[in-house]
Parts: sequence; structure tokens; C-alpha cells
Amino acid sequence: MRAQFVLSEIGVGLRRNLTMTFAVVVSVALSLALFGGSLLMSDQVNTMKGYWYDKVNVSIFLCNKGDAESDPNCAKGAVTEDQKKTILADLKKMPIVDSVTYESQDDAYKHYKEQFGNSPLAASLTPDQMQESYRIKLKSPEKYLVIATAFNGRDGVQSVQDQKGILDNLFTLLGYLNWAARLVMLVMLSVALLLIVNTVRVSAFSRRRETGIMRLVGASGFYIQAPFIMEAAVAGVIGGTIACAFLVLGQYFVIDHGVALADKLQLINFVGWDAVLTKLPLILAASFLMPALAAFFALRKYLKV
Amino acid sequence: MIRFDNVSKVYPKQTRPALRDVSLEVEKGEFVFLVGSSGSGKSTFLRLLLREERASHGQVHVLGKDLARLSNWKVPHMRRQLGTVFQDFRLLPNKTVFENVAFAQEVIGKSRGEIRKSVPQVLDLVGLGGKEDRMPGELSGGEQQRVAVARAFVNRPKLLIADEPTGNLDPQTSVGIMKLLDRINRTGTTVIMATHDQNIVDQMRKRVIELEKGRLVRDQARGVYGYQH
Repeated sequence: MRAQFVLSEIGVGLRRNLTMTFAVVVSVALSLALFGGSLLMSDQVNTMKGYWYDKVNVSIFLCNKGDAESDPNCAKGAVTEDQKKTILADLKKMPIVDSVTYESQDDAYKHYKEQFGNSPLAASLTPDQMQESYRIKLKSPEKYLVIATAFNGRDGVQSVQDQKGILDNLFTLLGYLNWAARLVMLVMLSVALLLIVNTVRVSAFSRRRETGIMRLVGASGFYIQAPFIMEAAVAGVIGGTIACAFLVLGQYFVIDHGVALADKLQLINFVGWDAVLTKLPLILAASFLMPALAAFFALRKYLKV
Repeated sequence: MIRFDNVSKVYPKQTRPALRDVSLEVEKGEFVFLVGSSGSGKSTFLRLLLREERASHGQVHVLGKDLARLSNWKVPHMRRQLGTVFQDFRLLPNKTVFENVAFAQEVIGKSRGEIRKSVPQVLDLVGLGGKEDRMPGELSGGEQQRVAVARAFVNRPKLLIADEPTGNLDPQTSVGIMKLLDRINRTGTTVIMATHDQNIVDQMRKRVIELEKGRLVRDQARGVYGYQH
């Protein structure tokens, strides 16, 4: 088979169906950009999980004077020095505890000011309204319940709070968003595939004269089909390249520069260029193979060989 | 070369068979006319030879191969040994005469050097030397059919199948095409030609096979178009 002959056939076919080719390119580009985006989002959630689970604490909040009046857990009054000592001693005896730090009312006030310094609520707060707490780092964050059952309801303990629970809500939300992106991707992808099937059908019909003659002079099935399949694949790869460009530009302008989320949200460590670049070959391979396969199966129906 | 053993063909959704129990044999180097009115089964006969269709019953052998047992992917290879010419020429309108003939060689993977050599040769043979760069639209019907014959013959097939090749041509031009087919036949190529052209059949005095409503009603060496009344 001569490459030049096949290439010229592909060019002719793509130009003949310019509008359809355009539609295929756009839908492939969008669906694969979503595909890459959802892959990156999974990566993002995983790095965030790794980062945050490392830092999460179980906090045991202790009763202060204010709680003694308002909270039934603290009916026996504010926490005493003795109670604090036994709590600390019990914590240190537990094998699942990695480390314990104590946060005084002053520390808590300082942290709160740092985080919410400008709010009117922060201005009205005083240190003695804050709670003392033990911040416990666990060897495995899943064992939170052991701490909770051991210390909930104890004298002087207002509540046991698992920060992982709060984070998990966030991750679940991100997970849902990810699934939504995948769903949209699937819809776009089926649109892209249907468009390809239709393009191939139109293309096969408009070239039935050539293919009929090719058949008569004994061209092999593959030789007759190859230009159609390559046509779909070329349109697909153009779409895939655009999808890759979307991802690279997104990383550059949204995360690193431009909107620069990485600077503005320093609490979140975003996925880096390595994550983006490893997705590109995957997207290009998909953009080549899927249209080619769709065309192949469409031809079985619409092109007699 | 060709053997039909009790061949019948029924198209789906049709009760009347297009061919009924046809048996015949064509030897290498023969020139055979296939005659019969419209709907007599001539086209079906030719489509079976090309394996565009498969027989419903019986066996079709072409070039020593049982077409029923020929797997799909081997069909193109079988067709390379056949040449085909049609009433409507079937040329590619956007390709030159040279490219149209070369197309038959390109699709079977012949090298550019071979194509450069064999295409002018076959165009000379059909009397179109020097018209390589013309477009089909610039040619007369007779010339277009010569291009089609050149394309059918350029790969030196063992069997040439012609479906009413003179159907769109005036009598004088038709004679030219017939002389050309006769010359190709003399190179040893078997020719099967379906036709309605009484004058041509009567003049050539070749073997005549007549079909009527799908049945083989006459197989006559050196025959004429119709029965003498």
C-alpha cells in the first residue's frame, strides 16, 4: 500500500465533510478535556487526602466557665487541673496515640485571631471564652472512635471532635463533582462517537463510487476501509490535541499563573505539572483509538467490501 | 474457468428465484454472450461470478475456486484475476484517464514504476495513446468505455466480465468496443458479455447462453441473438 495515496484520500475525505469533521473535533476535544480533568481531579483529591490526613487531629475540647452554664456535658463545672492531668495520662497510655499537644485558652485565642481576625465576632471574643483542648495525633486516623468512646462524657470534657470527619465531607463532595464530570464526559463521548459513526456513513455514501470501483478491481477490505478509519482517527487526534492544550493551559493559567490558585489557596497543595503531563499520552491514545474503532464498526455496517 | 452446478439464487423477500437450477461450463479462452430480456437473471449471473452475491443452492466455481467456500477476506484476491466493464463506464470523474487506469493498480499495491510502464501500454492497446491527461468528462462515450476496458485489462485478468458494455454507445462505436474485446479475448483472456445488442451477437458468431426467467434455455456454440422464427 502506498502511503501517499492513502494520505491524499484522507485529506480529500476530511475536506469534503468539513462541517462534520469540525463537529467531531470539537466533541472529541471537549469529552477528552473532561476526561483529563476528571483524572486530574482524582489525583487532586488523593494528594489532598495524603496532605491533610497527615495533619488531622482528634481534638478533645475541655469545658470552660461559659460551658458550665450552657452545655449539659459540662454540668459539673469547668475542667480542673486534676482532670486535665488524668486525661493526659490516659491518652499517653493508649497505644494508638502518636502524640498529644495541649492548646491553652490563650493559644486558641491566638489561632482564632489568625484565622478570622477581621470578623466582628473575633473582635468581641476574649481569651477566657475559648476552650482548652488536647490535640491528639493518631497513628492511624481511622481509629478515632476509640478516643471518642474513651473520653466522651468524662468530667471536664465538652466534646471529642474528629477533624477527619469534616475533611471527609469535603472529599465526598469532591468525589461527587468528579463523578458528575465523568458523567458529562460519557455523554460527550457518546455524542462524539455517534458523530463519528454518522460522518463515516456520509463519507462512505459520498465515496461509494470510488469504493465500488476499488472493490471491483480487487482492493482488500482493509485498503478500502483504511482511508475512512484514518479520517476518523485524524479528526480524533486533532480533538485530542486540543484537549491536551486545554489541560496545559488550565494548569498554567488557573493554577500556576493568571488566576494563580496555587498562590491564593496555599492551604491546598495542587497537583503539579508531572500529573498533567502524564495524562497527555493517555488522552492522545484515546483520541486516536476510539474514533478509529468507532469508524471500523460503522464501516462494517455502511461500507460493503 | 467457470462452472455452475445446479445453481439457484433467491433474493431475500422474493419468492420467484432470480436463477433456477443453472448448470454450465465455460472453458479458458472462450468468448461467451449472455442474452435474455430484462429480469431474466443475467445480472444475477454476473454478480454470482464476482461473488457480489452467493448462490442459494448449487455451486459456483470461478478460476478453479468454489466461491461458496471462499472466505470473505480472500474475495479481493479472487477479484484481482477478473476484469469488469459496465454499461455506465464507472470512471472516477475527478481523475485523469491515466489516474483512472492507474487506480486499478494502485489499490492492489503495484509500484509506481510498474504503473508508469503498464498504463501507457494498455492505453495504446485500447487506442487512447496520447489521451492520458484528459478527464473522463472530456471524452466521448466510446472513449470512456475504452478507458474502462483499459482499467479492467491493465492487471491482465484471466476473465473479463462485461455487463452490456455497448448499452450506451451508438452502433459504430459499439463495433469498435467489440473489436477491442475480441482482441483481448485473443490474448487468451476469457470474456463473458451480457448484452441486448442483437447485431453484435449475430455478427460475432460466438457461443450464446440465453436465460429466460432465471432458467438456462439455450446454450449454443457460434449462436445468434434470438431463435429463428
